[in-house]
Amino acid sequence: MSIAREHPLHKRRSGRNVGLALVLLAFIALVFGLTIAKVSGGGTIEAFDHTYRPAMDPATIIPAEE
Amino acid sequence: MTDIRADFTQARQPEAEFRDYVALLKPRVMTLVVFTALSGLLVAPGGLHPVEGLAAIIFIALGGGASGALNMWWDADIDAVMKRTAKRPIPAGKVTEGEAFAIGITLASISVIMLWLATNALAGALLAFTIFFYVVIYSMWLKRATPQNIVIGGAAGAFPPMIGWVAVTGSISVEACLMFLLIFMWTPPHFWALALFMKSDYHEAKVPMLTVTHGRRATRTHILVYTIALLPVAVATGLTSIGGPVYMAAALWLSLGFLMGAWDIWKRDEAQAEADNYATEKRVFRFSLYYLFILFGALTAEAALRNLPAYAEFAARFNLVEMF
Repeated sequence: MSIAREHPLHKRRSGRNVGLALVLLAFIALVFGLTIAKVSGGGTIEAFDHTYRPAMDPATIIPAEE
Repeated sequence: MTDIRADFTQARQPEAEFRDYVALLKPRVMTLVVFTALSGLLVAPGGLHPVEGLAAIIFIALGGGASGALNMWWDADIDAVMKRTAKRPIPAGKVTEGEAFAIGITLASISVIMLWLATNALAGALLAFTIFFYVVIYSMWLKRATPQNIVIGGAAGAFPPMIGWVAVTGSISVEACLMFLLIFMWTPPHFWALALFMKSDYHEAKVPMLTVTHGRRATRTHILVYTIALLPVAVATGLTSIGGPVYMAAALWLSLGFLMGAWDIWKRDEAQAEADNYATEKRVFRFSLYYLFILFGALTAEAALRNLPAYAEFAARFNLVEMF
């Protein structure tokens, strides 16, 4: 005999596991979506990294034409 | 040898289902938190990316849920005595106190950090303060110490629209403060109406509810006084940048309705209330729920209507704060 008999306890555990899996998947999807939103939002992605970069120097920025 | 027992039927208590953990988060309270936070977020000037807005609402709701779990952990002894709360997961024996504490702390940390990352530091800090206020100031300290527990504890429930506003703007303004005050002043008459017809519950749990410490006559007077004080707050909210004719009409109409209900409660004595099984108290309690939902709904409607230039111009006349 195998131990395949379903006990209500197994059902409850499986329900909990499925619930937790869905919550974690939703969380991952949300963090992924947030990352995309933040990156595509136009914020500064580059940060100062101890070397001079003209792209980050306000003095070198050429104003857009009217 | 009896060390190893695989007999599931000998389990000390039934293992919790997923929905028992969801129940720990007080989903019904969460709906009010989501609704008011969403209103605060939608009426705020500027805007968030839809995903950021969705994340903000989810994490504000999660913070509210974490407060609920921590409240159930701390108040398990009271919940077991009160009829209204005896079926909550801990007194029902489905979830242990340790589990509730662990879930509460974990979700509180996740919600605060994620709200901060999704929006800004002030919104995260306000959410952290709200959880602290509800769990430590209200649940641990005031609830069992003073009959003013509902008044001061109500502040925790008043923060969500302010957090929604701050999530968008990054700062606290007069509008955010008035939305806070609206819920803050609404909470006492709402809960005291409930306490009037749930009288034996708080008495048996030895919670110093106003009905228990000062009597039911004093509670009826308190309901009337707070409802009178609520009216200017509701009107003042309509005289800011988030107000307008739709909100103002709703605020005046509903506040007068609430006031009449509070007057009806004040006029009655216990004999009359017992005779009709607290029909007026129950009616006012239900009305107070609609009151808050409709007022925040009206604020949201104002924000939507202001997209029409002609309406925006007309609604701006209600903005007294701007004028001075």
